[in-house]
Amino acid sequence: MTADLDTASSGKQESAAQRVSGGRVPPPGISFRDRLSRWDFKYSPYLYVAPFFIIFGIVGLFPLLYTAYVSLFDWELIEDSPSFVGLENYVLLFSDPQFWRTLVNTVSIFLLSSIPQIIIAILLAAMLNTRLRGPTGWRVGILMPYVASLVALGIIFANLFGPKFGLVNGILETFGLERIDWQANRFASHVAIAVMVNWRWTGYNALIVLAAMHAIPKELYEAAIVDGAGAIRRFFSITLPLLRPTLIFVVVTSTIGGLQIFTEPKLFDAMPGSNNGGSTNQFQTITLYMYQSAFEDQDFGYASAIAWALFVIIILVALINFALTRRLASTGEEQ
Amino acid sequence: MTTIGLPFPRRARAGNGAGGRLGRASFWIYGLLIAFVLGSAFPFYWSFLVASRDNSMLTERIPPLIPGGNFLANAQRAFELSPFWKALGNSVLVSSTVAFSTVFFSTLAGFAFAKLRFRGRNVLFVFVVATLAVPTQLGIIPLYMAMSEFGWANQLQAVIVPNLVTAIGVFWMRQYTVQAVPYELIEAARVDGCSMIRVFWHVCLPAVRPAAAFLAMFTFMTSWNDFLWPLVVLNADNPTIQVALEKLQSGYFVDYSLVLAGTTLATIPVLIVFIVLGRQFVAGIMQGAVKG
Repeated sequence: MTADLDTASSGKQESAAQRVSGGRVPPPGISFRDRLSRWDFKYSPYLYVAPFFIIFGIVGLFPLLYTAYVSLFDWELIEDSPSFVGLENYVLLFSDPQFWRTLVNTVSIFLLSSIPQIIIAILLAAMLNTRLRGPTGWRVGILMPYVASLVALGIIFANLFGPKFGLVNGILETFGLERIDWQANRFASHVAIAVMVNWRWTGYNALIVLAAMHAIPKELYEAAIVDGAGAIRRFFSITLPLLRPTLIFVVVTSTIGGLQIFTEPKLFDAMPGSNNGGSTNQFQTITLYMYQSAFEDQDFGYASAIAWALFVIIILVALINFALTRRLASTGEEQ
Repeated sequence: MTTIGLPFPRRARAGNGAGGRLGRASFWIYGLLIAFVLGSAFPFYWSFLVASRDNSMLTERIPPLIPGGNFLANAQRAFELSPFWKALGNSVLVSSTVAFSTVFFSTLAGFAFAKLRFRGRNVLFVFVVATLAVPTQLGIIPLYMAMSEFGWANQLQAVIVPNLVTAIGVFWMRQYTVQAVPYELIEAARVDGCSMIRVFWHVCLPAVRPAAAFLAMFTFMTSWNDFLWPLVVLNADNPTIQVALEKLQSGYFVDYSLVLAGTTLATIPVLIVFIVLGRQFVAGIMQGAVKG
């Protein structure tokens, strides 16, 4: 078939004409074939984009909306007739200390993972943006953690941060420091989980920032050098401001993912298989709590209320991000 | 197709020395980067290290960092104690199907959004982009109820069907197709009487092959590493590799050598793929970043 196109585009009209009529059963009439072609032209695009919308509608949008419906019921797993309870699940949720605890845990882990991650990613990108020997090799090297599955990651880091035999505590002791119970201590457990997240995503984000750095015109730096600006000054006055849109993109995407963090805290538990997020829920996240309510306690109604609450939180944070983005962007223009 | 000389605009970019790269890397930059790469590789190595010894190594404060000889024995135990072969087979099947299907439907939709004119195109595309921000993971409860209703619980199609096509795939292919497929070629093929689907197959598909290859790798890996939904819908006797790994950990958690042998085994395939195709991964992520 490629041959057909080749000859056609080189302008051999007789071969194109042959191909249209030749070797096929003649259609009932020109007009019909024209109409067919017009239909093809008009409706094919809808056919091509339809699979996405069908799949998204059935397995994405509908379940999400139906979650709101389920959250209004006392809906146990093996119940045939769930009873409508109105907003009772939400009333329970807002007075549930465990929910607030998981919310604080989620936000704490998110902040501990996103802030250092972005700073390190920028520095790493700046280092990669120098003239290196074998630039691709370094990029591949820092991207490596990205292929680790979250489950493997959780298992390995739970081992490294193990309170008794973990390597991290071994190193701390060697340096004469106190061992830390990375699982029992609430803040320490958040740090350990944040380290996992950072380990996996920093290199990836550094590459995104690096790509944005490549897009900055060289002339700006050359002009700055002529004006006598040093490397640090160039970084803060040129690189950083021009990276802003990319950084905002990184922040927004990591927010949406970060607030749904599930696998890392689940695998980090000293009591594997447990959904408690530690004996006093010290590192249970909202998604883990939702999972526990639905598939361990089999309370679908309540779990749906948790899911919907998290959904609203994510939307709110996304809107705040959006507003912030616009403000930052407009102040950027004024400068 | 090479006779027509299809442009691969992205290929040209790589050579031009990349915008802002200034200044020669100094000694300490190399030092820091080496430290960073070693830090990136260490957890993988640690996993193999524990898996290649026995559990007594962990009682030492700083255990020796040289592998022992027990890896195969530990790996064999992992295969005996959990349905590891089945899990590997399931994961290969699920991830390949999902990758193939996502690439096909995303390329098709990307072609329509990038090159065909139809009513509502822009609105629909904005909708696709907006869905990128929708946390569909939060809908798993009704999804689980639906799958149970269909009798799909614990069946592989339950983890395949929801991932047949993704918004990120459609978005990525559309962005690439916009600049990779010239309108003239499409027009020429149309004038010659090609149907739309043949235009897609013979004009669009060859031109977007690099982007499709990246999307296939990316989707395969995402699917291979997927955990929450498979954990919900599959049982321990018909798991994907990640679910099997979690069961292994929760069943034998004091036996670190065993659990980390399983972890190492599950990581080796993706690590090999990454070492072979790492360049393409880096290029794909950096291209996506410029467009996103």
